[in-house]
Amino acid sequence: MSERNSSPVLMAERDLRAIVDHVLRLAKSTDAEETEVQVDEVDEALTRFANNTIHQNVAEHGLTVSVRTVIDGRTARATTNRVDADSLRGAITASLSLAQSQPKNPRLLPMPSKQRYRPVNRFAKPTAALTPDDRARAVKRACDLAVKRGQTAAGIFASGQQQMALGNSRGLFAAYRETHAEFSITMQEPPAASWAKANFGDVSQVNPQELAERASDKAHRATNAVELAPGKYTVILEPAAVLDLVGFLFYDFSATAIADKRSCFNDRIGKQVFGKNISLMEDVYHPLQLGAPFDGEGMPRQRVALVDRGVPKNLVYSRAAAKALKKKPTGHGFPLPNEYGEAPMNLVFSGGNASLKEMIASTDRGLLVTRLWYIREVDPYEKVMTGMTRDGVFLVEKGRVTSAVRNFRFNQSILEMLRNVELLGPAGRASGEEAFEMVVPAVKVRDFHFSEVTKF
Amino acid sequence: MWDISSEALETAKLRGATYADVRVMHMRQRDLTTKNGEVGTLSQSESIGLGIRVLARGGWGFASTDRLTREGVSACAAQAVSIAKASALAKRGEVVMADEKPYIDSWQSAFSKDPFEIPLETQLALLLAADAEMRRVKGVTLTETDLQFRKIDSWFASSIGSRIHQRKVISGCGIAATSYRNDEIQKRSYPNSFGGQHALQGYELVESLDLMQHAPRVAQDAVALHTAAQCPQKTGTLILGGSQLGLQIHESVGHPIELDRVLGQEANFAGTSFLTLDQLNKLRYGSDIVNVVADARVEHGPGLGTFAYDDEGVPAQCTDIIKDGQFRGYLSNRETAHRIGLKRSSGTMRTENWNRLPIIRMTNISLKPGTWDFDNLVADTDDAILMETNRSWSIDDRRYQFQFSTEIAWEIKGGKKARMLKNPSYSGITTEFWNSCDAICNRDAWTLWGTPNCGKGQPMQTMGTGHGASPARFRNIGIGAAFSKQ
Repeated sequence: MSERNSSPVLMAERDLRAIVDHVLRLAKSTDAEETEVQVDEVDEALTRFANNTIHQNVAEHGLTVSVRTVIDGRTARATTNRVDADSLRGAITASLSLAQSQPKNPRLLPMPSKQRYRPVNRFAKPTAALTPDDRARAVKRACDLAVKRGQTAAGIFASGQQQMALGNSRGLFAAYRETHAEFSITMQEPPAASWAKANFGDVSQVNPQELAERASDKAHRATNAVELAPGKYTVILEPAAVLDLVGFLFYDFSATAIADKRSCFNDRIGKQVFGKNISLMEDVYHPLQLGAPFDGEGMPRQRVALVDRGVPKNLVYSRAAAKALKKKPTGHGFPLPNEYGEAPMNLVFSGGNASLKEMIASTDRGLLVTRLWYIREVDPYEKVMTGMTRDGVFLVEKGRVTSAVRNFRFNQSILEMLRNVELLGPAGRASGEEAFEMVVPAVKVRDFHFSEVTKF
Repeated sequence: MWDISSEALETAKLRGATYADVRVMHMRQRDLTTKNGEVGTLSQSESIGLGIRVLARGGWGFASTDRLTREGVSACAAQAVSIAKASALAKRGEVVMADEKPYIDSWQSAFSKDPFEIPLETQLALLLAADAEMRRVKGVTLTETDLQFRKIDSWFASSIGSRIHQRKVISGCGIAATSYRNDEIQKRSYPNSFGGQHALQGYELVESLDLMQHAPRVAQDAVALHTAAQCPQKTGTLILGGSQLGLQIHESVGHPIELDRVLGQEANFAGTSFLTLDQLNKLRYGSDIVNVVADARVEHGPGLGTFAYDDEGVPAQCTDIIKDGQFRGYLSNRETAHRIGLKRSSGTMRTENWNRLPIIRMTNISLKPGTWDFDNLVADTDDAILMETNRSWSIDDRRYQFQFSTEIAWEIKGGKKARMLKNPSYSGITTEFWNSCDAICNRDAWTLWGTPNCGKGQPMQTMGTGHGASPARFRNIGIGAAFSKQ
């Protein structure tokens, strides 16, 4: 095995396929009627800094083999990270034992046969080759900036590569690999702080120093915050704030969630739920997205128009949900067995043309919000979410930013919010802390409900 | 396992590490769920590997591997040292750790029934029967049940000579019924939401919770909530059930006392803390009757924060956090303890698995029982709202301002439990809240609740924590803001 600065590199796809084939061969000598094998390999590293120094610096290599067997209309899964023949046999046996312990499932479908996938290339060699020294040097430059400006920096610089292969006894085989790089930084200038973050498949698209400068400038502007009364405000939400809030809609677009009557879209499909300026695609093939072009059963992911001009039009379907509801699977199923069915994982909002400057200039009185924090669901049907603003809230008066503001707690329905969008910026790949990365715009929203104020 | 641990330690030393500790961990997990009378998840997994943390040239490095050969662990140790040397490129001070003795020991958590030895058919039959009981109630639209078991072996070795083996068996279970009607979703759970109760116990935990007895009530409550009155918005007296108070402790005491947060090490993600160092032994955290401890010792109970040694080789301890209302202590590790002048770590370094770096985590952060019998507390209360079972939780990144909502509430009127209320919530500022506590129920109503899903760190780690609590009363609390439209 070759080495990258003492770190392992990923196995070749043919080696993953050899593991899949090995398990399928071993399973042939058991009672398993069908077998599915998923092999995952990760090689991740993360450099973490705080108080202008690196305080944690980690690397991880792991390989797991997950086996699902079917016997007499029953299925179950067993997973191991040992790849010797005895351990793989043990996983098959454990899977069969689990499967046989349950009642027969009359709705269990045969495993899918061979599928065709649209190729995606999301593996950037420079990202895979990033070393601890590379990350440390970038971190040091960001920390030096903080020291120079009398601030304190904390954050991460992470990079990694991962791959998976999925095969089954009916001839299906799918493989995918990707790289990713992430830089996130908080600059503290007591009592204020601000934050910036980027996450891309290719490290060349991540500019740590630009992010450090942005967080530093904003932290300085966030000092001397004034307290405003809670209430309804026009807000300009930067993309990370939009992402972390609307990220809570992922599971509501699941056909299984609708069938279970736990989705906010129950009895709302086909109705004008959002404003006409809101359209939303599920699109793993979008150039700003990462992720495999197949789902947990190996079905090809489809592009799905979830919301068209404010009307929820389509859902995503696993094979089982599609069969039950007489639809076609969209390739968004989770690995079986599971109770949640499926979810879209690559949301793409159609944006608009308004720049952040234009949003501010058009606002008589409102708040500019950097990001939101600790968001939790208060009302699952009206999709009321609570959470806090964090790392920079600014008062906008007569078209310009006039002061920093103390942080608020919000209690806001996402459905209502997306009816109240007045302006949208261009959609880009955004990164937050509560939801998967997605392609979203900054938005200007009227009547956003802040219920309380905190002490800073 | 000691051979490969020694190999890793030896390699680290040869490569220039001045300190190293190694964890070999083997985790086995089984998950069973049902939904609407059918089996949902049915899976088990095992994972074994080694993680090594080293100090070299004054910088920290950590690497992990699942290749448990001599060559594999040597390469992993060498990688950890090279990462530590990279860390030193951005070094601004020396790392010094509080003294600790070496220990050679072996410990196993107590259990009477190994959950991995109980037939799967028995486990699934229980879940399916409880699921069926809930579905008998008209108006229930979704039923869910779950069982989760884990068996974790860890072998800790350090360059100061410790060799510690620990085995933990953890069980968890819960049921939930959901009802969708008239554009409203209502849910009830037992014995707690988000997966139920979890403890350092065997299958006896599942048997003790008697899911079958509680299934009909849970389902009836979920349906009845549709016709219950909306929880009002007001300032008033609040009585919290034990499980909700457990989460309140977790968020508004457990997290802010983590010394890594206090010292800014979590500033970019989990946040910091209002409990700055100048507050220690000075801040009036709560009223005189509020006493909170961080207790990882076996004698505290079978909590998710119970162990014999932490993942830095420090013995389990009991630390006063709030004593008679005064703020008295932090959760620390060897490095942060030395940083603030403590002689010894409080023993709270914990890791999710072999591939994660140990970080400061809650152990069992528990509110000591008070003196009130629960019925007497209700009888003593003229006008209040009693809230039970968490539905949502949120708190700011310095742990001042919080808001919780619960699944259900009842009015207390004239010393009696009155009508049911839906969509209850309450909010406030941490120290104001704890200073408003005027009654805590006694040991008879005290439960060591398990929170299995505490997230912290980058990369994210999930950890189980324990929170002993009994129902308690709080005055002048903001109620109902979550559903306010003002």
